[in-house]
Amino acid sequence: MSPLSRREFVAAGVAAGAGLVVGFYLPHGERGSSRAFSPNAYLRITPENRITIVVARSEMGQGVRTALPMILAEELEADWKQIEIEQAGASTLYGDQTTGGSASVRTTWDPMRKAGAAAREMLISAAALTWGVARSSCSAQNGSVVHAASNRKLSYGELAGKAATLPIPSDVTLKQAKDYKIVGQRLARVDTPAKVKGEAGFGIDFRMPGMKHAVLSRCPTIGGKVASFDDKESKRNSGVSYVGKISDAAVAVVADSVWGAMEGRRVLSVNWDDGPNKDLSTAAVMELLKQTAAKKGASLYSVGDVTKAKGRRITAEYQLPFMAHAPMEPGNCTANYSASGCELWAPTQVPQDCRDSVAQAVGLDPDQVKVNVTLMGGGFGRRLEHDYAVEAALVSKAIGGPVKVIWTREDDMRFSTYRPASLHQLSAVLDGAGWPVAFTHRIIAPSISGQKGQPVPGGVDPDLPDEAAFVYGMSNVSIESVIAETPVPLGWMRSVYALQVGFASESFIDELAAAAGKDPLEYRLHMLSKDQDIQYFTTTWHTARMRGVLQLAAEKAGWKKPLPAGRFRGIACFACFSSYMAEVVEISMENGTPRVHRVVAVVDCGQVVNPSILEQQVPGGIVYALTNALRAKITIEKGRVVQGNFDDYAPLRMEETPVVEVYAVPSTEVPTGIGEPSVPPLAPALCNAMYAATKKRIRALPILS
Amino acid sequence: MADFTLRVNGSEKRVSVSPETPLLWVLRDTMELTGTKFGCGAGFCGACTVHVEGEAIRSCSTPVSQVAGKNVTTIEGLGVNGLHVLQQAWIAEEVPQCGYCQTGQIMTAAALLAKTPHPSDEQITQAMNGNLCRCGTYERIRKAIHRASESAAVPGGAR
Repeated sequence: MSPLSRREFVAAGVAAGAGLVVGFYLPHGERGSSRAFSPNAYLRITPENRITIVVARSEMGQGVRTALPMILAEELEADWKQIEIEQAGASTLYGDQTTGGSASVRTTWDPMRKAGAAAREMLISAAALTWGVARSSCSAQNGSVVHAASNRKLSYGELAGKAATLPIPSDVTLKQAKDYKIVGQRLARVDTPAKVKGEAGFGIDFRMPGMKHAVLSRCPTIGGKVASFDDKESKRNSGVSYVGKISDAAVAVVADSVWGAMEGRRVLSVNWDDGPNKDLSTAAVMELLKQTAAKKGASLYSVGDVTKAKGRRITAEYQLPFMAHAPMEPGNCTANYSASGCELWAPTQVPQDCRDSVAQAVGLDPDQVKVNVTLMGGGFGRRLEHDYAVEAALVSKAIGGPVKVIWTREDDMRFSTYRPASLHQLSAVLDGAGWPVAFTHRIIAPSISGQKGQPVPGGVDPDLPDEAAFVYGMSNVSIESVIAETPVPLGWMRSVYALQVGFASESFIDELAAAAGKDPLEYRLHMLSKDQDIQYFTTTWHTARMRGVLQLAAEKAGWKKPLPAGRFRGIACFACFSSYMAEVVEISMENGTPRVHRVVAVVDCGQVVNPSILEQQVPGGIVYALTNALRAKITIEKGRVVQGNFDDYAPLRMEETPVVEVYAVPSTEVPTGIGEPSVPPLAPALCNAMYAATKKRIRALPILS
Repeated sequence: MADFTLRVNGSEKRVSVSPETPLLWVLRDTMELTGTKFGCGAGFCGACTVHVEGEAIRSCSTPVSQVAGKNVTTIEGLGVNGLHVLQQAWIAEEVPQCGYCQTGQIMTAAALLAKTPHPSDEQITQAMNGNLCRCGTYERIRKAIHRASESAAVPGGAR
């Protein structure tokens, strides 16, 4: 069998219910039948000494094609320079392949380490057998097994054939952090050279013989439909080969070129049935959130009894708008449908969802749909949807050949799935000294999962447990979620609910400190002064780790040192995706507008796999968050999204970008998220700095609205 | 439809397209030079930046008819012998995250260095401000431009 078909063979074992880690180990009799050594679905070593590590998450800029193989290579005792990387498509071998929730490293840490360690032990055994020496006298080093006593050495490739005949160890010893040679190193990303040469294969760059191009005309009104269309003018355009309705709400225009399809769409005449939302506006959504606030919420976290606390009561309401991900690469997907199957080339964070959704849409079985995962020009959660894949498959089926569907920027902006708008009701009770003795946060927002028909157990959106923790020690706390309904399409956008929750909570803490006349850093540290474990759903948070990032951020920012005239600071901390983050933002005010000069960011995300990637991700999240804080706002009028391109939805440019200093708390704890945790503290730290400058509190984003 | 002759990355190319077709799509679809990216289609983001007669222009908003007979350089033709000094600097500074906008960033930076071999921070900001990056790599872009400008390859200006 070829390595691929062998891996497919293993799929049956996994489907039969075997566990995630051991499940993809090959049945014993099968392994000797190939010359390649492939003890699990993540690794392949050929007799020619080609070592391939398979990445079962999607690369959207966050560095998984480098970081995940590093984890396996560490335990394998591999020579990093020798490693080749292979991108997995949708498969049944790797469990859930969703790339999101800052989860790639934290969910593959154990499987990748065990996969590497098992292979290492088998290669050592193979060498010991070959030489007829004791296993304990052999060791794995840099891609070879050596027998020091006799100065002998065999490469992994030379040992692959024999290793493939050996039993897979059921239990392996994993390395200790002090012995790491690859994990923790600043290794260069494997995808950089192709990206600077223009050779990197993004979804939009894929092409195949006979491929057509399509753009879709979608109903601009949320929930509306196609009533009728007239394609006479479109078909007059040279190269337009097909115009047809491919769903209730969309007409596809297919041509020989992208430009031909765009021109064909420009002159397409469609009558829309605007449907039930033709009067919908953002103002109405915000009004609905206010009404929903009267409902009883589901408890996310409760300690003591907030109703019994006595003292000075302070209340505030915060609100945030809908926002759009706006990745640089607009939506696209290539599909090639035939009666026997459909193959996709998709820039996607959810290859398995694309497979299943496409299968359903075009009437195939999921195993008849093959999903190839391309590079993504940014994801930020937008590509957690499968809409582009389903569209491409439907158009391919309609025309009977391969086609690439491309979204324009306006399509991306107006037919996105938006970060939910939200309303936050906060109240606190301060004792005589000004310290909080009760804290209440009611989060009123639509549920992303709920809108998509996914489970919302106990009235709690399944994302909130990762994104709405409260890591302060306090005797009376109540965090509640109230789910509002909206027809506005919702999606998971970088840091998801943590952005809204963090903004409201950390701004309000600053209000309390101000009301108490205390320093906002000292105020937070006071609530973190006792070492305490806080159990929040399945995560245990530690006040000591939160205190650690806060103190280090204050120290690096020089919190206690006076600033030059006209400069002001704000601080915020937040814990999400199992990581702890603190940020200090330094600003000046220019004509009522904040200018951010410097951000000091400190994270505790456990063991850092690649510090260089961390130092990309943290400033990246901060720049993303600064756009959100300053300007990102999607508004809806007459049921239609108003914004269309980068002029009216304007991301941060170089001139507004602050210097970001990044520090990671040294740690050998299990690694946790890094793609998203830097996002939530930025807006509150910035608004808290604005309060320091102006004594005016910002309680609604965006700041420049 | 009309025929146009362009000189792309040093070689003559004849294309038969409608005159208003943006250069971007001629490069990507007709010539299969996909290093130049589509980001906004309206000149706001700079992902489609190429050089026409050495000037950085937005290929998404430039009809092919306007560049007939002219010299066009794309990312694929930027480095004459191997990587351009900016591409080397981009690798050394580990600039790209998703990487989608980076070819446009490099083309804009190359046009800057050709005229201003040793730009100040302010000159860099001014030149690069039209190029968006949603991954937020701006500070590394700045560092990479400084690094390239300090390298031995630059005194005569960027290629």
